[in-house]
Amino acid sequence: MAKTISLTINGKRITTVPGTTILMAARQVGIRIPTLCYHPRLSATGSCRVCMVEVRGRPTLMPSCTTTVEDGMEVVTANDRVLEARRLIVQLLLASGNHNCLTCQSNGACELQKLAYDLGIEALAFPARSSGYPRDDSNAMIERDPDKCILCSRCVRACQEVQVNEVLDFGYRGRRSKIVTAWDLPYAESDCVFCGECVSVCPTGALTEKQAKFQGRPWELKKVRTTCPYCGTGCQLDLNVRDGRVVKVTSDTLHGPPNYGSLCVKGRFGYDFIHHPDRLTAPLVRHKEGFRKASWDEALDLVASRFSQIKQSYGADALAGLSSARCTNEENYLFQKLMRTAIGTNNIDHCARL
Amino acid sequence: MIKKITTPDDLIRIKKQTRTFEKVPEKGVHVAVGMNTCGMASGAKETMAAFRESLAYYDLDAKVFRTGCAGMCFYEPLVDVFLPGQPRITYKGLSCDGVSRVVEDHILGGQVVENWVLAQTVVGDKRLPGIPTYDEIPYCRGQHKIVLARCGHIDPEDIYQYIAMDGYAASAKALEMDPEQVIDTIRRSGLRGRGGAGFPTGLKWQFVREAKGHPKYIICNADEGDPGAFMDRSILEGDPHAVLEGMLIAAYAVGATRGYIYVRAEYPLAVERLRKAIQQACDLGLLGPNIFGSDFSFDIRLKLGAGAFVCGEETALIASIEGKRGMPHPRPPFPAQNGLWGKPTNINNVETYANVAPIISNGAEWYAAIGTPDSRGTKVFCVTGKIKHSGLIEVPMGTSLRKIVYDIGGGITAGRAFKAVQTGGPSGGVLPEALLDLGVGYKELAEAGSIMGSGGMVVMDENTCMADVARYFLSFTRSESCGKCTPCREGLTRLYEILDRICKGNGHADDLDRLESLATTIKDTALCGLGLSAPNPVLTVLKYFREEIEAHIFEQRCPAGVCPDLVWYRINADRCSGCGQCRRACPVEAIVGRPKVPHEIDRMKCVKCGTCLEVCPPRFHAVECVSGQVADEPQAVSSER
Ligand SMILES: Cc1cc2nc3c(=O)[nH]c(=O)nc-3n(C[C@H](O)[C@H](O)[C@H](O)COP(=O)(O)O)c2cc1C
Ligand code: SF4
Ligand code: SF4
Ligand code: SF4
Repeated sequence: MAKTISLTINGKRITTVPGTTILMAARQVGIRIPTLCYHPRLSATGSCRVCMVEVRGRPTLMPSCTTTVEDGMEVVTANDRVLEARRLIVQLLLASGNHNCLTCQSNGACELQKLAYDLGIEALAFPARSSGYPRDDSNAMIERDPDKCILCSRCVRACQEVQVNEVLDFGYRGRRSKIVTAWDLPYAESDCVFCGECVSVCPTGALTEKQAKFQGRPWELKKVRTTCPYCGTGCQLDLNVRDGRVVKVTSDTLHGPPNYGSLCVKGRFGYDFIHHPDRLTAPLVRHKEGFRKASWDEALDLVASRFSQIKQSYGADALAGLSSARCTNEENYLFQKLMRTAIGTNNIDHCARL
Repeated sequence: MIKKITTPDDLIRIKKQTRTFEKVPEKGVHVAVGMNTCGMASGAKETMAAFRESLAYYDLDAKVFRTGCAGMCFYEPLVDVFLPGQPRITYKGLSCDGVSRVVEDHILGGQVVENWVLAQTVVGDKRLPGIPTYDEIPYCRGQHKIVLARCGHIDPEDIYQYIAMDGYAASAKALEMDPEQVIDTIRRSGLRGRGGAGFPTGLKWQFVREAKGHPKYIICNADEGDPGAFMDRSILEGDPHAVLEGMLIAAYAVGATRGYIYVRAEYPLAVERLRKAIQQACDLGLLGPNIFGSDFSFDIRLKLGAGAFVCGEETALIASIEGKRGMPHPRPPFPAQNGLWGKPTNINNVETYANVAPIISNGAEWYAAIGTPDSRGTKVFCVTGKIKHSGLIEVPMGTSLRKIVYDIGGGITAGRAFKAVQTGGPSGGVLPEALLDLGVGYKELAEAGSIMGSGGMVVMDENTCMADVARYFLSFTRSESCGKCTPCREGLTRLYEILDRICKGNGHADDLDRLESLATTIKDTALCGLGLSAPNPVLTVLKYFREEIEAHIFEQRCPAGVCPDLVWYRINADRCSGCGQCRRACPVEAIVGRPKVPHEIDRMKCVKCGTCLEVCPPRFHAVECVSGQVADEPQAVSSER
């Protein structure tokens, strides 16, 4: 397997290993080839045709994301022929559906928008034609707008390959093509588990987080990295914060383990309690008429003194601790330490044993 | 009769013991009725039943057989009558009404019935006067049948008849050769894929043989999605074992153990005959374990397609067999390396497989001597459109378009002038009269901007508008686009929209450039053959019929008088006798006039249905279809339709 492959990209000599795609080989030497349907976590389908490059001796342009390097290959990533084709393809996508950037939730984060800008596209070459498909408003978490969908199939692959829930696929044909669930039902009526994996990979505003709608533009959001509090897996997530409010939760492949950017329905969409008026933000101490707001010091002193009383009167084994699967490993460790050394009992258990 | 074939000698024994219907016993009578889909659509079932009834009535020692289509679909129902020591007589268009005449006059009376007779096939030196032989019929002269050789000569549902005509002898021979030798023979024959792309078959087999992976698969592409094409159906219905045998030899050569035939569900008769053929071949041991007593085993399964054009594309077809949505994926990797279930897979077209056994039997040199250096052998074409004899023909590669259209096809209908021929199905190019002397071959057609495709050929006459033609083909390809890649999914619709506005007289001055650059980019960037070839009709129309498109854009004129938005009807007062035929026939009462006084058409009311033009008696020829702007005197484009 010591074999290497030698080729040139834009005249630059490159040596790489067999099986590398032209796209990867180019990236290794800092040559950027734009992509749309390509996503590092997903299989390459070569469908958007944005990453087309010229390969000497091939009659047509070749998709760099799926074409593997060969010895002696001569690749050109940007000449008139390539740029003309790329521009036309982006023009075709811009005119398909209704890409109204002004009001789009993804304005500023949309990969199609960026590509059009990078290619110097100022006006549409073709009249815009709506897909004619209505928005899917069936649920409180994900909004689907087929008129902004460019059929890159990233969502399909994310659902099939990452979440392995296989909810999505292409439906219909030609210009009527649409990403559908089985029987083209709304998300709410499909097998979707609302993990939002599809939303996280959508390059446009076709799949968006509904609660975040009109809550802030991408550039206004500050990302605060944290660990998801819902379970002990410890998924890494980013709270997207605007003016002190969490408006969206995302993650990033680059955060690495354990979740590599994936989240579940709770971690991604279950954050509305944060700013909910009913949320408890201070300890309450029970008295005759009900509850009374207290300071943390007062509340903790009360708990400590009661625990001490019980321990003195009835012995440490009269106390028991039940820990939660929603705590991290570290928190669970600390909790058993507290029970064993501070309280002095081995009566410690965990809800995940139920 | 032998129940299981275990040696090549068993084949010879079966051959000796079997009679095809062409061999009539002393005092016997054989009747064969063409029972392909084309025959049945013309009433062959009823004709066959009528024969059975009538022959039984006269208590004749007669047998009635079914057979496949000999290619002359326009003459169905076709019936052959075989009497001992007599030439075979073929009747055309024989419906039930004619059956009793044939039985009484011909079979009983020995007198050929002239009303329906088409041709005779001379046996020995016995020739009947006044009846042409097949070679004397222009449609048959110039044809060379290899693939269709047995169609019409055997009962396709009887494996013994296939064996009687040397069937499965080639597989026996192949299994005694090294697989490499088999591949080498196919390679040297020059056979190229008949499914569209024309890839050298021997080379493809070699790739599959050399590919690492186990098991390996064989696929027969019987999806035949081109509208109006039916060569593969005719082969499957008329000689299914020829395809099974080709697959068997291919499997042996590449080292495969399982084969699939992907056949469209819209071909119920082909499916039924394939099922029977596979069953019979299994029963005789020609499919299954240890074929001819060797250690080579092979079986074949059917997979029914649901009628998507793109499922004929090999990677989409494989996805479809795997139970996925039929969508192509980029090649490489090619199926030869990474095909069905990720294993090395050989996929060929029906006609390609049907060529295999004859090549093995007769040798590579024999095959390579037919056709042209670049395109060897014969090709089956499906000739349709404004041509006198539309049907199936098999001609040597290199035969000129002129010969196909005029000599074999009999020229254009209704004495009109030839305008164009489109080859290769909906993504083929449209070729003008100046290219009629082009020989049909992969290279020749590609250089002219068209393709061989699977062998469709649509002939167009002077009353065809080329803008409309291009739009028509685009309307097909754009709706069959699988939707995966941008240039095809979005681009074809844009091509269609531009052509549509041109046909409606709303074309823009820069539409020609727009069409050209869009079509060229789609051809440069689409993912699969559908998108890569779909712009061909547009590009060839721009190349060969540019003036006609320009007339639509710059003069709002449709020179062929086809585009409804650009034509109108008027009555030539000098010629009108005031007979009133048109006035009475007009569905919207747009024609006014008193008897014997020239009539007039109210253009505000006229819906351009063309009825007046049709009903105006030919001796007056007063109604004219005109096109062009009203200010300049518009030109009459036709006064007949
Ligand atoms: C859109 C499309 C449709 C096709 N349809 C057919 C078909 O109906 N039958 C067929 O044999 N090949 C069809 N092909 C060609 C196949 O992809 C493939 O090249 C062929 O089956 C290979 O067999 P061959 O080498 O024997 O020609 C089609 C290709 C494309 C791009
Ligand atoms: S939310 Fe998750 S399960 Fe639902 S469609 Fe998207 S990826 Fe699939
Ligand atoms: S919804 Fe988004 S990810 Fe899915 S195909 Fe459309 S644009 Fe691509
Ligand atoms: S060229 Fe057309 S049919 Fe082929 S993959 Fe692209 S969209 Fe699908």
